[in-house]
Amino acid sequence: MRHFLTLLRNEIWRLLISPSTYIAGFLFLLVMGFLFQWMLRVYTSDPQDETPSVLFFRMFFIPVFFMVPLLTMRSVAEERRAGTIETLLTTPVTIAEIVLAKFGASYLYYCSLWLITASFHIIFFTYAQSDTIIDPYPLIGGYGYIFLSGTLFLSLGIFASSLTKSQLVAGILGFSLVFGFIVIGSNVEDLSVLTGEQSLWIRQFSDHTDALQHMGDFSSGIIDTRAIVLYLSTAFTFLFLSVLAIEYRDGTT
Amino acid sequence: MTTPKHTIEVEQLHKRFGKIDAVNGISFKVEKGQIVGFLGPNGAGKSTTMRILTGYNRATSGIAKICGVPVAADPHYIKRRIGYMPENNPLPLDLRVREYLKYRAKMKEIPFSKRRRAINQALESCDLLRAQDRIIGKLSKGFRQRVGIADAILANPEVIIMDEPTIGLDPHQVILIRDLIASLRGRMTVIISSHILPEIEMTCDQIIIINHGKIVGQGSPAELRDTFIDHTTYEVEIHGTNKELEAALATIAPELLIERISDHDADGFATAEIRIKDKCDYGEKLFKTLSVHPHLRTRSLRRKMAPLEDVFLAATRRSWEEVDQHLLEGPVPPGPQQPLQTKPEPTPSETAPTPQPEAQKPDPK
Repeated sequence: MRHFLTLLRNEIWRLLISPSTYIAGFLFLLVMGFLFQWMLRVYTSDPQDETPSVLFFRMFFIPVFFMVPLLTMRSVAEERRAGTIETLLTTPVTIAEIVLAKFGASYLYYCSLWLITASFHIIFFTYAQSDTIIDPYPLIGGYGYIFLSGTLFLSLGIFASSLTKSQLVAGILGFSLVFGFIVIGSNVEDLSVLTGEQSLWIRQFSDHTDALQHMGDFSSGIIDTRAIVLYLSTAFTFLFLSVLAIEYRDGTT
Repeated sequence: MTTPKHTIEVEQLHKRFGKIDAVNGISFKVEKGQIVGFLGPNGAGKSTTMRILTGYNRATSGIAKICGVPVAADPHYIKRRIGYMPENNPLPLDLRVREYLKYRAKMKEIPFSKRRRAINQALESCDLLRAQDRIIGKLSKGFRQRVGIADAILANPEVIIMDEPTIGLDPHQVILIRDLIASLRGRMTVIISSHILPEIEMTCDQIIIINHGKIVGQGSPAELRDTFIDHTTYEVEIHGTNKELEAALATIAPELLIERISDHDADGFATAEIRIKDKCDYGEKLFKTLSVHPHLRTRSLRRKMAPLEDVFLAATRRSWEEVDQHLLEGPVPPGPQQPLQTKPEPTPSETAPTPQPEAQKPDPK
């Protein structure tokens, strides 16, 4: 892990000097701001059971669907297309260091973008609800879940990117994987095919992989260690698979 | 056996991509401090061999050793000892030259105290000091090529492998790179591949010609000429008619033939190429005969060296003929073939096919 920091610093630096980083960040915040504003309008028209922050976090998957593929699709695929992976792999760095550095840089960027959205809540509580005190726990839980699930989603994106040399294919594959996890994982129990006795285990399994359920739990203050184990272990698995994919495709050790 | 004398040792290297043998039993050794040129048509297996040497690709079978250590056994040991510039010279286009070299220096584990000096040295050797703060993506191709070379020599490695380092450079830059590579002689072992034959001839101590994944010729330029060129050519600037010249030549030996003769210039001199279909020295006899001839006036006489191009064409054609022969003979199991290698002493020329005249490069004169 000797070169990890060098690689990570280089990845972050290249993110910082790239205009697309700022454009993507701007669009992300625009979408999030729009969602927040739309949510507040819903609250002004009808009384709701949940606090605004819970509803806000319930929509976390909308930006995740487009941000994760955009952030990760170029990571390995671009290196492979440009051929720079060849110069990279002929220096004494390991593939694990490369994958971790790429993951680390995109994860930090992802987290920092989400952290900026915390300002929405601060502005809201400071100006609109200055008479009520800010309730930090749903916010902490919600952001905690975002950062936790980010490890899995970004590792899915990195994995997709490590399979191909086309950014487009990597993007579509990354989107499909994230979409599959969130949407199918959350709705698989509703499928009528799975009503039989034999498929009981599938329903039990899907109870544990329901991302929307996890989000709900975390943002209402329930910290479920099973979810933490699930996200971290799956993220680790996909990063490991990315290492294997690069090793296989680029024929080196 | 491993001797410290040889920095690179390759034994029976094979690499298969599906059904294609990209490298098919290549063996060679490179002494420390030598500059070796890989020659071969496109798809001959040069780049694959280089990639195996860097540890980027794994060989299907065979051993490649760098500094006495097999590449496959300890790729990280090898990677600390090589500088590699791949084909097409991939670079991150968004970084500045100095920034990129600094990042590469860190990855190549150059200690902090030596890093700045190493970078400055590489920038200076490649004449990049003026461009050090420019963004790589905005540099011209020649500059980018030099950035790639600067990266390869950055860590002062024991072995430098460069895949077509002078492609796309203008003549000035080619000279600069050639001098740079020549300055590494003795200090580092360098392997370069190129299509520019005079380039290879000028810089390299040893040339390895590869075709169809096999070595078809190996040795110094002089040794290669000896193996593949079976004729001698003299060039003479002469005043007189062709008939007189032919008659004069016939008096020396019947195999002296005029291959080509240019038009007479303002002084009435013409340049004639005299070809002898064997390796023999007629220089003195020619000189004597022509100087005493009553109607012929000679202005110059020299023995012409066959261009490396002829050697290259002869060597690759020979390997193609072998392939054709195999096809004609029917499905023969692909047995290990001995690569044709030059021996230090002159080899009999009857094995070498005569290069066809159409394959010859027209003389620039």
